Amino acid sequence: MAEILSLHDAVKQFVNDGDSIALEGFTHLIPTAAGHEIIRQGKQDLTLVRMTPDLIYDQLIGAGCARKLIFSWGGNPGVGSLHRLRDAVEKQWPHAMEIEEHSHADLANAYVAGASGLPFAVLRAYAGSDLPKVNPLIKSVTCPFTGEVLAAVPSVRPDVTIIHAQKADRKGNVLLWGILGVQKEAALAAKRCIVTVEEIVDDLNAPMNACVLPTWALTAVCLVPGGAHPSYAHGYYERDNRFYQAWDPIARNRETFTAWIDEYIRGTTDFTAFKAKLASASEAAQ
Amino acid sequence: MSYSTNEMMTVAAARRLRNGAVCFVGIGLPSKAANLARLTSSPDVVLIYESGPIGAKPSVLPLSIGDGELAETADTVVPTGEIFRYWLQGGRIDVGFLGAAQVDRFGNINTTVVGDYNNPKVRLPGAGGAPEIAGSAKTVLIILKQSARAFVDKLDFITSVGHGEGGDSRKRLGLPGAGPVGIITDLCIMEPEAGSHEFVVTSIHPGVTREQIVAATGWAIRFADDVATTVEPSEVELLALRDLEARTAAAHGQAPGEA
Repeated sequence: MAEILSLHDAVKQFVNDGDSIALEGFTHLIPTAAGHEIIRQGKQDLTLVRMTPDLIYDQLIGAGCARKLIFSWGGNPGVGSLHRLRDAVEKQWPHAMEIEEHSHADLANAYVAGASGLPFAVLRAYAGSDLPKVNPLIKSVTCPFTGEVLAAVPSVRPDVTIIHAQKADRKGNVLLWGILGVQKEAALAAKRCIVTVEEIVDDLNAPMNACVLPTWALTAVCLVPGGAHPSYAHGYYERDNRFYQAWDPIARNRETFTAWIDEYIRGTTDFTAFKAKLASASEAAQ
Repeated sequence: MSYSTNEMMTVAAARRLRNGAVCFVGIGLPSKAANLARLTSSPDVVLIYESGPIGAKPSVLPLSIGDGELAETADTVVPTGEIFRYWLQGGRIDVGFLGAAQVDRFGNINTTVVGDYNNPKVRLPGAGGAPEIAGSAKTVLIILKQSARAFVDKLDFITSVGHGEGGDSRKRLGLPGAGPVGIITDLCIMEPEAGSHEFVVTSIHPGVTREQIVAATGWAIRFADDVATTVEPSEVELLALRDLEARTAAAHGQAPGEA
């Protein structure tokens, strides 16, 4: 059974220094508030797994939380580069960070394998690509039935997965809808899973075949309205495209980035305080 | 109507999508061209985005690969793993529509690094869905603006394979799809030459000279024996494209990203 906890307590109890951790959400339902809380609590040496690192990992990397990044597309969607990711890879700031690079099809399959309790995933991939030359974990396997040579990649089985969803009920069953990305697979692949939600309700009223994660498959559920901002939560709020644009100059240099993290993340007690600070800064700018 | 070279590129790319084709769409320029096709010559084109929407019919261009409108207008929304496993690897994609940072004469694509992988001059976003789209889609179209920096003699990194080293490379690699069949730029259209699979210019956009194309290509670009002049964008195509861009700007407060 999942415990209903504050995000502070969930991160404190279930995210440890040195963990491998997946914060998933494909453009939609990105668990931003959880990323902030990890920075606030100063977690270190994390292996970050995520198909699309996005702003959430740009922040964690720049704040010095990451030892390694496992990913398949690292950009600021519709805007350009993730400057903190690039600075870590190109100039080892704030410290050297190992990268392990895959394709989307590979990581999506690797999560499916992880959720399935398998050690590796098999897929038709990478023939002619240079990625296997720079990632020794991309190997091949020969089909015992047809002789076809296929790609074999290790499954993703994180110590902790954190996702954001629309609703939970009071027992901690979770309902999500819209673009689901790899969240269900990431949740079931992990040893521990924390879900932040927009609201906690008496009854999910989930339609048959809806994507429901049962409480007994989860570790903790935290009420964090708005917790996916600047990403979106379908049915609750839209993607804040302006924030994605505004992030570019903030992240572009180390000083403005660090000042932002110090003021907005380390300088706030929780996501509610962060949102209030962001709103007042936005009002002042108008 | 007068038009820009970028408009010519988008229109020329849109024309390549036949009505009813199932198209796996990359974000940015491919998404713009694919949606223009849907709004003009190919209303029944099926647009699939890697985030999960199948049959998306957005009224404005998405800024990201997982915008909510893609889900709301889709015939169905499936998990990302399913997109790659059942729909792409399962052999159900007619056209993979890709952008690129760099491309070579065989249509191989680099979106990973400029310079050495371990000590890169420029770290690019990486693979995303492209390597398997390039491998498994029945055909591939590539759209990008032409310059000597983008059309290079030798790629620093092959992220997604086109025709490999040319000739029967794809067959030897065991790739199921036919690979890239067209590169559409702001200057011209290139298609693979029979046999060698080297991309040669087969159609030049109106007002563009061969010298311009040679100067904007990092390898010794060749021209097909019979080079066509691309048909100018029609008023219908231009108005549809401009309406789409205006709606997008109004909705997002910015132009759609090319990332």
